[in-house]
Formats: sequence, C-alpha cells, structure tokens
Amino acid sequence: MGIALLVDFGSTFTKLVAIDLEKEIFLGSSYYPTTVETDVMIGFKKALNELNKKISKKNIDIDYDLKLACSSAAGGLKIVAVGLVPLLTSQAAKIAALGAGGKVLKVYSYKLTADERDEIEILKPDLILLSGGTDGGNEKVIIHNAKVLSQLKIDVPIVYAGNKCSATIAKRILKENKKSVSIIENILPELNYLNIEPAKELIRKLFLSNIIKAKGLSKRMDFLSSVLMPTPSAVLKAGQLLAKGTDNEEGIGDLMLIDVGGATTDVCSYSLGLPGTGGFVVKGLPQPYMKRTVEGDLGIRFSAMNLLNTAKKENFMKKCKIKLKDLDKKVEKLSRNINFIAKDEKDIEVDKLLSAISTKIAINRHVGKFQTKYTPISPVNILYGKDLRDVPTVLGTGGGVIKAKNPKSILEKSIFDEDEPYILKPKSPKFLLDKYYIMFAVGLLAQKMPDLALRLLKKHLIYI
Amino acid sequence: MIAGKRKLKIVLGVIGSDVHAVGNKILENVLTEEGFKVINIGVLSPQEDFINAAIETAADLIVVSSLYGHGEIDCRGMREKCIEAGIGDMQLYVGGNLVVGKKDFTEVKKIFEEMGFNRAYPPGTSPQQLIDDIKKDFNIK
Repeated sequence: MGIALLVDFGSTFTKLVAIDLEKEIFLGSSYYPTTVETDVMIGFKKALNELNKKISKKNIDIDYDLKLACSSAAGGLKIVAVGLVPLLTSQAAKIAALGAGGKVLKVYSYKLTADERDEIEILKPDLILLSGGTDGGNEKVIIHNAKVLSQLKIDVPIVYAGNKCSATIAKRILKENKKSVSIIENILPELNYLNIEPAKELIRKLFLSNIIKAKGLSKRMDFLSSVLMPTPSAVLKAGQLLAKGTDNEEGIGDLMLIDVGGATTDVCSYSLGLPGTGGFVVKGLPQPYMKRTVEGDLGIRFSAMNLLNTAKKENFMKKCKIKLKDLDKKVEKLSRNINFIAKDEKDIEVDKLLSAISTKIAINRHVGKFQTKYTPISPVNILYGKDLRDVPTVLGTGGGVIKAKNPKSILEKSIFDEDEPYILKPKSPKFLLDKYYIMFAVGLLAQKMPDLALRLLKKHLIYI
Repeated sequence: MIAGKRKLKIVLGVIGSDVHAVGNKILENVLTEEGFKVINIGVLSPQEDFINAAIETAADLIVVSSLYGHGEIDCRGMREKCIEAGIGDMQLYVGGNLVVGKKDFTEVKKIFEEMGFNRAYPPGTSPQQLIDDIKKDFNIK
C-alpha cells in the first residue's frame, strides 16, 4: 500500500489529490491551471511540487505507489448524438453520451442533411454515437445517416448503437469509406426498454484507446499508470459507489449530486425515480437509475453571461427579489476571466448568487415533472421523468459549491418548492459537501479498491 | 408475417385523457397470441406518442382505442399529423365507445373514415373481427 496520487487534468485546472491508502485518509490536494496548449505535464509538475511540500510538512515519506488520472482537458470527451425521433432514440443517445461522461455538442434527429454533415465537421466531435430505430424497427433512416456520416471529411470514431437489423449494412457503408466504426447493442431495443450500459462501456474504451492519444495528452504520461476515464465519469462513479455501496460496504441509498462548475452545471440522480405516491401515470422514455444532465448555459465563469440571461428569461431575479449593483458588469468580467478566484466580499457574494441560480435552474430541469389531466372519472397526474421527492441526500461538489462561503444556502435551492408542486425535487434532503474535492479521486480509486474508496468517501464527505 | 417473412408490427394504445386499461391489455394479449408484434403505448396517449412509436419501430398499423366518449375530438387531425411526420400511408384503425350517446354507428363510422381512419369499430366488437380484418388488409393467410 502506501500513498496514491490521483490527478484530474481538468479543462481549467489540473487538480491533484494524495490519499494515504493504509490509514485511509486524505493527505492533501493542490491545483494549477491546465497547460494543454504547451504540455499538460508542465502544469502537473507545478501542482505536484506544491502537493509534495504540503505532505512533507506532515512528515510523511512521499512515495506514490499508485497513480491514476482522469481528464477533461482539450474540451473533454466531445460527442455528437444522432437518433431518429427526438423524444425517443435521440433522447436515449443523449442520455447514454452524458452517462459516459461525455460533453454532448449537439443532438440530431431524423435524416441527416448535407448541411448537418458540414456542421458536424465544424463541431469536430471526438466520437459520434449513431442510433435510430428499435430492434426490428425503422432501418431506412439509420442507413441513410450512416451514408451521410461516411462522407465526413474528419476522422472520428463512430459508435453504432441502433436497430440491430441494419447494423451489418451500416457497418459496410462506413467501412467502405474508411470510417472507424464499432457496433454495440441498441440503446433502445424496445420502445419501453432503455439499454445504455453497453454503449457507455464502449465509449469509455474508445476514450482510452483512441481519444486520449488523439488529443496529445498522453505523450509523456508514461509514469502515470494511465488515464482511466473522462473526469465526469470519475465523479459519476464515486456518486454511484456512495449510493449503491459495494459487496462489503453499505451505501447511503438514493442520492442526487450537483456539480456547479465554471462552464457547466451537472446534476446526476441515483434513483429509479418511480412515483412516490399514487395517482401517477408514467409516460415518456424509461429513465435510467443513474441519470446525468449537463447544462451548458449554466456556470459561474465561462457561462456566467448565459446564466444571467437564462435567469432573466425565467424571471428569476424578480421572483427572488435580487438586486445587486453592477451585476451585469461584474458577470461580464467573470465570463472573460475564467481563472478568477473571488476574494473580496462583493465578488464572493456574486459567486454565491450565480451558484444558487445555477443550482436551482439545473435541478428544475433535471427532475421529473407532472401534468394533471382531467379525465371523466378523476384527475390523473402524468409523470414525465423521475419523481425525486423522496431522495434523502443531496451532495454538492464543484467549485461553485465547495468554495462558497455558505454551501448549504446554495444546496437548499434543490429543495421541493410548494409554489411549483409539479417539479418533483427532494422534499426534505440532508446535505453532503465534497469539502476536500475528492469525488474524482475516489471515482478513480474505486476502479482498483472499491471498499476503501467508499470508506474514504464516508469519512471525508461532511454533512452540513 | 407479411409475405410469410416478418411479424406485422402494430402500435396499440388508448387515446386522449382515457384511462381504460382493461380492453387495452386484452387486445395486447390477443394480438400477440396471434403472432403480431405489439408495441403497446398504454393509456392516456396523445396522438404524437402513437406517431413517434410508429416511426421508431417502423410499424405497419396503428390501432387506437377510445372508451370514454371523446374519441372524435381526440382523433381529429391524426391522419394529417401522420402525413406531416412522413408516415401518411399508415393504416389507422379505431374502436370503442367513440362518441357519446346512442348515435347510429354507420354515421359514426363515416365520421371517422372522413377523418382518414381505414377502419372504425363499434362497442362490443370481438377481437377476432379485428384479427380477421388485419389479415385481410395485410394479405396474411
């Protein structure tokens, strides 16, 4: 055993965490802006020096026996999702791509056009997830789309996760045009059966085998055991571990995770989300136990302007009686200065406000909603998405929450609101905080030693 | 089953704000038993759900049930939506208590045929009648 070094080559910061594997404690962490333009190792070494200094103060021999990393540098794992009907396979493809820790650039439906093909070339995804048709269902559209994608002038791996009946033809079309294509089980084999795990696993494998190399991240990283997964995937794994537990260690049950970052706000729920009370009819695509949504317009740095515009559009400022002097100007400055760390009172206040708004809007979008239909017999509630009212725990992570002065006040925005009873948010959750920023580190450790990883989480996440 | 090769695919559901699930389950069982591939979208289904399901599964036929008397309102515009969605030649059947009151069924049938439904069934139709008609319309022996 000994000490483990866990690294996140993030989009803005490279973060390092050291864990004592014998004592099962967190030793320290450090960060430095990611140096992806020159060589990611430059920033890494600076962060490592700082971490080593911190640890040696504790009189511990620095000898990293285990080195694991995740990465979302150079844009993360950028995915274009293609499906047939927007609310069915296109939606399923998006859920699968996000669940694999990807960043979904765009979702397409029906037959792809030549213009859309050109657009994909400009978007330059790292991977295309091609779906469409249930097994035995529509074949025409996915074969057409395979033809269109075979004409792409960019080199991009394509994952085929659509109608099994057209897989052979689609594969041949793509291979003939020298496209790299992998066939995997349909993400929606039946209309009422979502099957995203095989596609997610394949995406992770491709990320390791092709995509990291293509991004030029791995040239000099031989001394790290390996980059195991995209960063979001590591955080998602840690959440799953905490909720479900392992064979030997008990989990804490259903959970909602919120990660407020600079560019996006992620929400992940670990719950079947079945209606907690009677009188509901469930409609729409079946929901996965682990569901991740990413809001690209909500973030407290890069996306701060978008966030403010969204908040204004949704009349948020008025509803919450927010009056802050020069807010627009401040937010504009933040969106240009993405490495900015708030120090004075006013800046901290602005950050808190932006994080709170991000949390509220992102969670409102994530959770299920119901509509009441009046039938001749009685009113019936139709549920779309997950009923998360009974989820007992909300876990906060990401700079926007962790670094806030009062994280609880931000996480409280996730609570069910009597004024909007149709938005099915947790009613009386307890709040956990990832105070030491260890979620990604635990997610990485979980690959090798899940029991220890879970005990670490339980020890270092704090109830607030 | 078309030309003895593959199973005929049927999208089945109860339209509108109608929660009558029993007939829906019976039809699902009977049609599946007969060898058809049934995609049952269940009760409280808007027109769009029928159409989306039919596109994704490349269905051959949509069978709409309505028991609560508002069938005429719920079904209006369905053929037009099918045309718009690119499945204009889809076979549409409808059956149940399609209108309120004791209207003569020939009149009701005419209303639904004018709305673009290929077949309309009165209350009390036996499932066998439906099966016979499907076989006739799709040339299944």
